[in-house]
Amino acid sequence: MPQTQLDKLEAEALYIFREVASECERPVMLYSVGKDSSVMLHLAMKAFYPEKPPFPFLHIDTGWKFKEMIEFRDRRAKELGLDMLVYRNEAALAEGINPFDHGAAYTDIMKTQALKDALTKYGFTAAFGGGRRDEEKSRAKERIFSFRNENHAWDPKNQRPEMWKLYNTKLRKGESIRVFPISNWTEKDVWQYIERENIPIVPLYFAKERPVVERDGNIIMVDDGRLRLAPGELPQMKKVRFRTLGCYPLTGGVLSEADTLPAVIAEALSAVTSERTSRVIDKEASGSMERRKREGYF
Amino acid sequence: MTKASENGLLKFITCGSVDDGKSTLLGHILYDSKLLFADQEQALILDSQVGSRRGEIDYSLLLDGLMAEREQGITIDVAYRYFATSKRSFIAADTPGHEEYTRNMAVGASFADLAVILVDASRGVLTQTRRHARICALMGIRHFVFAVNKMDLEAYSEETFRAVSAGINALSGELGLENVVAIPVSATEGDNVTELSCRMKWYEGPTLLGFLETADISGASPEEGFYMPVQRVCRPDHTFRGFQGQIEAGRVGAGDLLTALPSGEIALVKSIYLADKKVESAFVGQPVTLQLDREVDVSRGCVLARNAGLKTEKSFFASLLWMDDQKLIPGKDYWVKVATKLLPAIVTGIRHKVDVNSGELTAADSIGKNEIVECELVLSEPAVLSEFRSHKGLGGLILIDRVSHATSACGVITSAGKQAGTGVYLNDGEHSLQVSLFDGFLYHPDIHAILRHSPNPAIYKPGDALPLREAGLAYPSDFDVASDFGFANVRNGVFTGFGAREPRYALLDPRGLDLDIPPPRDFTKYRKISVWEKDYEI
Repeated sequence: MPQTQLDKLEAEALYIFREVASECERPVMLYSVGKDSSVMLHLAMKAFYPEKPPFPFLHIDTGWKFKEMIEFRDRRAKELGLDMLVYRNEAALAEGINPFDHGAAYTDIMKTQALKDALTKYGFTAAFGGGRRDEEKSRAKERIFSFRNENHAWDPKNQRPEMWKLYNTKLRKGESIRVFPISNWTEKDVWQYIERENIPIVPLYFAKERPVVERDGNIIMVDDGRLRLAPGELPQMKKVRFRTLGCYPLTGGVLSEADTLPAVIAEALSAVTSERTSRVIDKEASGSMERRKREGYF
Repeated sequence: MTKASENGLLKFITCGSVDDGKSTLLGHILYDSKLLFADQEQALILDSQVGSRRGEIDYSLLLDGLMAEREQGITIDVAYRYFATSKRSFIAADTPGHEEYTRNMAVGASFADLAVILVDASRGVLTQTRRHARICALMGIRHFVFAVNKMDLEAYSEETFRAVSAGINALSGELGLENVVAIPVSATEGDNVTELSCRMKWYEGPTLLGFLETADISGASPEEGFYMPVQRVCRPDHTFRGFQGQIEAGRVGAGDLLTALPSGEIALVKSIYLADKKVESAFVGQPVTLQLDREVDVSRGCVLARNAGLKTEKSFFASLLWMDDQKLIPGKDYWVKVATKLLPAIVTGIRHKVDVNSGELTAADSIGKNEIVECELVLSEPAVLSEFRSHKGLGGLILIDRVSHATSACGVITSAGKQAGTGVYLNDGEHSLQVSLFDGFLYHPDIHAILRHSPNPAIYKPGDALPLREAGLAYPSDFDVASDFGFANVRNGVFTGFGAREPRYALLDPRGLDLDIPPPRDFTKYRKISVWEKDYEI
């Protein structure tokens, strides 16, 4: 009985997890609470079984994540006995940096900067991420082991050759690696694997009546009292779900009736717009993601 | 949900020279197969208006993702694309054609099971076609499709296609390529890409996509035996000790007898976990944890095997593709990684350079980026390995620069073992002198002959003690060895480096002959010749 496509992708990911745990000094897994992170966590649990993953998990919390994401994160960490580190840019939070007044700078300060600070603070030399090459054009060219200089920046013109499964994990001083074990998975593979392995995901992926407002064509959930409502703007209960998860004021939902996994998967795979379009930052000029990555965005 | 993987996953590489239209071809497959999301399609149409085809859709823009590539209009690094049809899922590695980026092409080739090589119908097999095919073959690809492109510019002529095909056949013979197919196409017009062309009725084969959907890549003969390089030892507590890795060949079942290499200890398989599930047996490609029935000396880099014919060697010959801006320096210390084993190694001898375009062998003493070289490597200690043609998982290697940490080269082991030739070297990091000082000589009474017995390969560095008195040897503690780069100084039994001659000490040649004595020289001055008897080993 030959291996199926999912078996092959799983084997590749497990191999990468084990290589990093064996060769890298201080690995960490970035945990963003989304479905790709759920798959990554599941793979990490499998790779080392019956041992627990021999590294901590790190969540960069902007302070504006959906409440359900935080609940889900804490519950999973407890159930599986994970070493879950949570890092927030407290200085910026105290300064009142927020997604309403500070636009693109907010993402930079609360996510990119906070991630760099956290990696530096703990001295992590290798960070697992759930990036996939099918997400975006510049990611399509990124290696599985992607090196960052001391400023956590990526140099797309000088990537290390990656031959067969022979990963070179040697670092120069100040360098660190981002490792993407599910580089070769597609959106469809991720969903099919979640179904096959029965992997828990955040309930926000399932349609439910939620309080929302509509702004510039985006459906924004009123997750707490901090969402500033325009005069006359009134939250309405609508059956919505989310295709990607992030900071609630910046994440658009979609109207949907899909409240079971098969229904969500059917909807996800027949979508006519690609996944990342509901993230506001990607709509900037062509090449914006590559620019961000050069600057250290994951 | 649709099941798209009836024929499994196919990883393939597309390669061709700068203007052959690789990106256009792959872009066309994605576009025609309606595999694009609607918003990507809109972005493509918008992008094309500033592109080179004046409003016509420029399919290559789908693939040339990096800003630098858009500026230069060429592909400088591998782009991976994912798509599926009703018959099969695909991962396509679109690779750069330019010679300067050969190493990036090799990255794509090492990933792929099949190569699609574009050939311009008007130009036939070119230098770069030969280069691409050679690199793909070197990296172990066994299935080739030559897409003879731009047939629209050749009036869809059968004669032209036949002429190009003849060149392809000649090249295939020269490189020993297996499973070769040629298909006439037009990437811009779409002929024979996803649909059969009505303009080439003389062509009776499949379309390019049709061929990719049905190509059987599992047909390659399976590797011999069972083996699994150990990635890590799993020890959650004192009751459990398991060896984790991916099975590279064969199948293993509970109760099987395995040999741990390089120690050679044997043990029975007690239990097998396929990831987190206990199973009775597991096979090639699967990630497993194996528990053995007794304590054996196994750590990362060891190999668990059965009937695989693997070797434990300290030196071997390999073909290397040099990938570093810094040139290859013989005698310099590198790290080599074979499967999960990382260890110091030096390149001791360059046999010759292989012209990446023509395949011509030429003498060379230094090797630069994108050049192929055949050379010998000596490891700091014996490691488990094999020839690439018999065991891919233990025959491929990378070489890592110990200062810059760059991946300096990748390569394949062409021969390992006794016949590969080994040697003993005095090496100061800059120069390397091969010596036969420590060879043993035995008289074999049954054949009335004295035969030489070479010791295990070794590299002695400044500060290393030499085996001057072992197995019938009787060298003085201090002497010099003559060489082309000064005198190798041995002081107090230790190799101290290459330096000046000290006249009060003996002067030897690399074979151990005393040069201070005029001929005829006394061969046995520093060694004795013993009689060979059964079980006598040196």
